[in-house]
Amino acid sequence: MTLTIETPKPSKPWVATPKQRLATALIYIAAAAISFVLVQVTPMKGKLAYFAIFFFASIIIDFSISYAQRGIASAKDAVARGFVSVGMTIAIFPIISILLEVLKRGVKGLSFTLFTTDMSATSVNDPLGNGGLIHAITGTFIMVFMALLVAMPIGILTAIYLTEIRGKFAAPIKFLVQAMSGVPSIVAGLFILSAYVYPITGSLSGFAGSLALMILMIPTIARTSEEVLLLIPSDLREAGVALGGTQWRTVALVVIPAAKSGLVTALILGIARVAGETAPLVLLTGGGESVNVNPFSGPMGSLPIYIWKCFGQGTEESIARAWSGILVLLVIVLALFTMARFLSERKVKK
Amino acid sequence: MTLLENQPAAIPAPREITTKPRVSDKIFRGVVTSGGLSSLVILGLILIYLAYQGYDVLSSQGLNFITGSEWNVVADEAGNIDYSQTKFGIAAMLIGTILCATIAVLIAVPISVLTALYLSFYAPTSIRKFMVALIDLMAAFPSVLFGIWGFFILMPSAEYWAKLLHKYLGFLPFFNMEVPVYTRSPFVAGVVLAIMIIPIVTSISREIFGQTPLDRIQAAYALGATRWAMIKAVVIPYGRSGVVGGAMLGLGRAMGETVAVYTVLNIVYQINWQVLLGAGGNVASMILLKFGEAGPGEIKALMASGLALFLLTLIVNSIADLIVKSSGAKGR
Repeated sequence: MTLTIETPKPSKPWVATPKQRLATALIYIAAAAISFVLVQVTPMKGKLAYFAIFFFASIIIDFSISYAQRGIASAKDAVARGFVSVGMTIAIFPIISILLEVLKRGVKGLSFTLFTTDMSATSVNDPLGNGGLIHAITGTFIMVFMALLVAMPIGILTAIYLTEIRGKFAAPIKFLVQAMSGVPSIVAGLFILSAYVYPITGSLSGFAGSLALMILMIPTIARTSEEVLLLIPSDLREAGVALGGTQWRTVALVVIPAAKSGLVTALILGIARVAGETAPLVLLTGGGESVNVNPFSGPMGSLPIYIWKCFGQGTEESIARAWSGILVLLVIVLALFTMARFLSERKVKK
Repeated sequence: MTLLENQPAAIPAPREITTKPRVSDKIFRGVVTSGGLSSLVILGLILIYLAYQGYDVLSSQGLNFITGSEWNVVADEAGNIDYSQTKFGIAAMLIGTILCATIAVLIAVPISVLTALYLSFYAPTSIRKFMVALIDLMAAFPSVLFGIWGFFILMPSAEYWAKLLHKYLGFLPFFNMEVPVYTRSPFVAGVVLAIMIIPIVTSISREIFGQTPLDRIQAAYALGATRWAMIKAVVIPYGRSGVVGGAMLGLGRAMGETVAVYTVLNIVYQINWQVLLGAGGNVASMILLKFGEAGPGEIKALMASGLALFLLTLIVNSIADLIVKSSGAKGR
């Protein structure tokens, strides 16, 4: 006699059954059909009409079915579900549109010469093959790097003060960092203009631009680093102190190394924050057309200024140039952002 | 030979036990504290320098600087400004700033809150991760990109929406207009600003909703609540003030935005309450516009405008910060 033991199959009552999925699909198909018919019959026209009718039709159908099956509470739930999904759709729509349009319009102007030449010998009506943005890339790189050199220590020291020392200024400093992150970029530009350019140098330069970028970068670095340092378990700090380490050695040899990848993430996010900043650079850098690697004298180009100028010139070619400039800038920001996400994911897994 | 000479073992001197910080720690604390105070120093310097540079203008114009809306520079041949006749008033631009930012908040907040609710309570994990990454990415898009995208791609659609608003809601005073000029209006600028602040308002709302105590959520479900009933009874009362704070933070961002507004808005120096009409302005973009041809005296007026903008955003942001921080303690 054989004894068969039936292993119970785990059931997932919360997962939608094929029948329910079919019903959902049918609702959408019906709503699409209704929107098509109504757009044909009534004077409402255009994409907006399709979208709005589809949205209301699907909510009404979903509402009535839920009401018939389970009553008013379920029907209200169905309406809420509809509104929430449509909110999400509207929020995501511009992002998709921006990414696609930049790709579509920016690709035209891409060429090898774009990365090897500058704009000094190119006029607005020249075909796209002429001229490039090497001056803009070097300018942006130099300015962001110099801003980072100053903003990195200040931002990380602020974060260490907030998490490790927690002195009597902790609350006000936290408040001020928050306030600083809301400083409009043009105000940072005006400040550098009034405090550095007019009284000291008297001329526009790349360094003035990087000072403004520094002001905008500090709060991002400080806040992200603070979050990262708060994630370091206090066991590590206690162990460091218990082994006889002073606070300085504990922070420098235990806490900072443990938070290394997170701090790098903070720096990358800081760079991404300022890489596309336009307004202060318009005021401060002079926006040159040729490569200038000396940030202390002469006008210095940058990617945002390149885009800004090309857009302002308004000819067909220069607007195509502006779109390729945007594409390059967007690729840089995307790369930085992906890098930051990759680093922070790895930190979580460890 | 003696095996044991009864010598007492040498007892080491007791170590000094102290809580006094070492020299290295004192230096460390000093350096870190000074680094931490730098944000105070920078904000203070911004205030002092802008006030110093704008002092001439502010003292000659007085309260008229905020309430007047004339920008009329009278200068002699050497470029010296005659302060008795020159009028600097930024009321038109201040109103424009508040108008555009308010439109942006009115559009962005419902969308952001719905998105945050979807991401927190409706989305499957895989979709949620992807969407959160996408929205965070959008927060990192440069403003010049929003401006140019808004100008070329959004503007035609927004113009069409404006016409619809005028056609069906034209009886409302602010949707009314005599001259049918729909391009580059405060409404279009507001839509672009709304798209720019959606990421920040969404992420703050999501953070607030994420802090809702799990036991209350589960208690609501255990009592038989549907998802919407749970959100209405637990999440919204708990997160309401936090969302208000997030909305104000978005308002602050929208007020300080320069390049995007400059690109899509037709800057006209007059008070304009008709949001669909293609004329308006905001302080930040006005500074950018006038900076190019401004003489030294006018630059001082721009510095004073910058000071006004700085104080305005500072106040809005501070209130927002206080609201966000104090949220979370309430709720059923």
